[in-house]
Amino acid sequence: MTFYKNHKEKLELLQSGKLNLVDNVNHFLKNIEDQKDLNAFNFVFEEETIKSAKAVEQKIKNNTAGKLAGMVIAIKDVLAYKDHPLTCSSNILKNFTSLYTATAVQKLIDEDAIIIGKTNCDEFAMGSSNENSAFGNVLNPVNKTRVPGGSSGGSAVSVAANLCDVSLGTDTGGSIRQPAAFCGVYGLKPTYGRVSRYGLTAFASSFDTIGPFAKSVEDAALVMEVISGKDENDSTSVKKEIPNYLSSLSKSKKFKIGIPKEYFAEGLDEEIRDAILDIVDELKLEGYEVKDVSLPMTEYTIATYYILTTAEASSNLARFDGARYGFRAADYKNLNEMYLNSRTQGFGKEVKRRIMLGTYVLSSGYYDAYYRKAQKVRRLIKEDFDKVFSEVDLLITPTTPTVAFKIGEKSDDPLQMYLSDIYTTSANLAGIPGISIPIGKNSENLPIGLQILSPQFEEEKIFLLSIHIQNEITK
Amino acid sequence: MNPKYEAVIGLEVHAQLLTESKIFCSCSTKFGNEPNSNTCPVCLGHPGVLPVLNKKVVEFTVLMGLATNCKINQQSIFARKNYFYPDLPKGYQISQYEEPICEHGFIEVNPKNGSSKKIGITRIHMEEDAGKSIHDQSSATLVDVNRCGVPLMEIVSEPDIRTSEEAYLYLNNIKKIVQYLGICDGNMEEGSLRCDANISVRLKGENKFGVKTEIKNMNSFRNVERAIDYEINRQIDLIEEGEVIVQQTLLWDADANEAYPMRSKEEANDYRYFPDPDLLPVIVDDEWKTEISKSLPELPETKYKRFISDFSLPVYDAEILTQTKSLADYYESVISITDDYKTASNWVISEVLAVVNEKKIDISDFPITAVNLGKLINLIKVGTISGKIAKEVFALMLQDNSDPEQIVKDKNLVQISDTSEIESIIQKIIESNQAQVQEYLGGKEKVFGFFVGQVMKETRGKANPKLVNEILRKMLR
Repeated sequence: MTFYKNHKEKLELLQSGKLNLVDNVNHFLKNIEDQKDLNAFNFVFEEETIKSAKAVEQKIKNNTAGKLAGMVIAIKDVLAYKDHPLTCSSNILKNFTSLYTATAVQKLIDEDAIIIGKTNCDEFAMGSSNENSAFGNVLNPVNKTRVPGGSSGGSAVSVAANLCDVSLGTDTGGSIRQPAAFCGVYGLKPTYGRVSRYGLTAFASSFDTIGPFAKSVEDAALVMEVISGKDENDSTSVKKEIPNYLSSLSKSKKFKIGIPKEYFAEGLDEEIRDAILDIVDELKLEGYEVKDVSLPMTEYTIATYYILTTAEASSNLARFDGARYGFRAADYKNLNEMYLNSRTQGFGKEVKRRIMLGTYVLSSGYYDAYYRKAQKVRRLIKEDFDKVFSEVDLLITPTTPTVAFKIGEKSDDPLQMYLSDIYTTSANLAGIPGISIPIGKNSENLPIGLQILSPQFEEEKIFLLSIHIQNEITK
Repeated sequence: MNPKYEAVIGLEVHAQLLTESKIFCSCSTKFGNEPNSNTCPVCLGHPGVLPVLNKKVVEFTVLMGLATNCKINQQSIFARKNYFYPDLPKGYQISQYEEPICEHGFIEVNPKNGSSKKIGITRIHMEEDAGKSIHDQSSATLVDVNRCGVPLMEIVSEPDIRTSEEAYLYLNNIKKIVQYLGICDGNMEEGSLRCDANISVRLKGENKFGVKTEIKNMNSFRNVERAIDYEINRQIDLIEEGEVIVQQTLLWDADANEAYPMRSKEEANDYRYFPDPDLLPVIVDDEWKTEISKSLPELPETKYKRFISDFSLPVYDAEILTQTKSLADYYESVISITDDYKTASNWVISEVLAVVNEKKIDISDFPITAVNLGKLINLIKVGTISGKIAKEVFALMLQDNSDPEQIVKDKNLVQISDTSEIESIIQKIIESNQAQVQEYLGGKEKVFGFFVGQVMKETRGKANPKLVNEILRKMLR
């Protein structure tokens, strides 16, 4: 039922009548049901999806359908969708319904995409394995003993297991790229400010981004075309021309590519290193200029990232206090106990750990040593990238130091867990875009992801190199 | 106050800004709507919402900065002040901390002893108001979040204030300025203007500051004076008794006329300020600043000085007339009709304000227009009517703002200034009151008043009093 490679092909099939949209969504709904053990979805909007499919089918017939007509999309359960649950995979919001729709989601709907459901994720997008969810673990469809990555594990799995066409995830430190790599799909984290954050439940406001998971570069490009742009509701979104990402994929350009040595140092799995460097060699043979570069601040990225994101998170999550909405503990004697018990019972372990870390680094007496210093280092990390991008157009790195690890393998060791984001957090610190593209599998048949990074607002270059690798190298 | 000591006082004033919508969302700021009706996901702090700055708030705050001689910072940033309270939906208040929008200004005060003094302003910044918790219910606390996100401007003074009088004058000047600028209604009783005071005392001549306390909850100008005096005396008494001052926050209890300490839990807050990542730095470039400064009106202090110099008004009159911009505007409209400045001032201060105060209305709702009041004053000036008749006319004008000239004509109130007519009236009175004439001629000066009264009675008050006096004196000789 999904004998199309990308949305362009799907739309042609729909227009010619060779594919029936209702059948198509029913097929996805059945897949979801059949693969329930993956636990990719927190909520599936079955009836609505069928209803929308009928409506969009009609629009296609009338030639009034939008760019994404019939594209079946799952959205991460941290994104607001009016009159639908918004839980962030947390007990504290388990019965919460959103009063409004996120800008990115609304833009999809306006182009006639069909929202099939909300995907499981790490609680409040905090985690790298989707093991921190009040809705339970998500399994990697490639190998069910493995984690799908996180925090957008459900979104990655929904695409990888063919439960929808495309999904939206969010990426604060690698939460799109890392699960994309683990599950073998495409996942793009856009430039900070490219896509409105309005309606994205904030984890770390100056890091959070919304981006697509897709089975093809084309679909990722198309979705980006739709969801990008300045939004009056998000002061940090940027007014800048949105390129025609999809149609510009036909351009051809041999970019200058940088290989940052710090991303290939100790700790990187040999098989991943070889797979990435094989691709790089292919590019060299095709005449691409490849240059070894250095990002000397790399060793500080994880520390800087965890100081700043936890600081922001400690404040962003203060609103979940049981006073006005969400979960409130049944037992308390006074206001302080109401806060204490509601938050103790409502939040999971990792979320509490990060709230405490963040509260600590912002406390008087520690602010200068941690938060202020980390802000300075963040600036230095940005400058590292600025310097490198004055020499090369794009960077190629591994997305992750390892392939998908076993469920439970790192759940008792937060530091090891944090290190699985070692190659992805820098893009969020610098605000630059990055993609993870599947380039094959290792000896255990587990997917390997290659990351491409570009300067801010140059997603177009990322897509161009990605489609080249997709069509000419990995096929 | 013990003359060995001096007090060191700094004030933190919060002014609610009169914008149509809230500071970070488009909800109405209207006061008195049904609880929790002026709300949206943004001011309710729902997951995923983001603040968008209302430009009017910047403009209003810059206006205040310009009016108080502040430096306007080209870049300022919003910060989050983190604390938990049920009427604070996000768990933090968006305020400004390290880089406020205005700094280094001053306000002049003129204490009664005559010397004028500059009170420094450390900073003025923008922030959002919290909601209201209503505790006086039997068991539950009720929360109204209508006020959440209503824009506030906080004005922090230097510790330049030495007496409660200076504090009062400083606060009153702020009130006047915000009202002149039209950015806050300045009503302390309703909470649109709020004031906290930091107070310490030290021996005169000492340079070091003493330990300070903070007093909150003073909800009237009078309470600010009383609370400050109370706290100064309390601290001096403690020091005199050899005790130490404990740094703490006190709540003023106006009924008990004393302050009591807040529970330590309520003040043990580490607000963990940090820059709000959801908002961009506020940039006020020269162009915008110039644009904003164009709407800067004449300020109360300037107007006060001009009223004295240009209209030769006494200090007392100028002070009262410039208390609010609307009153000053009214007065200036009156004197655009008549050049009898002092008479106009007298009428506005005694007659007009008496009605305004009695009816508790704003001068803008006063029934008599400035033009008609000017005309009335001109009628007195040219002698058409006496001051006494003018009061009667004024009373009639109050009913429907009718034209005083018309009233005088219709009611035939024109003053009798015809000497021969007055003479003939007096002649008749002299003839029919011979006994009194004899008494007067016998030296009883008091009886003169009787004759004046008779003339006025006869003319129904219309006789020109000055002429009546002259002619009576002549004819009774």
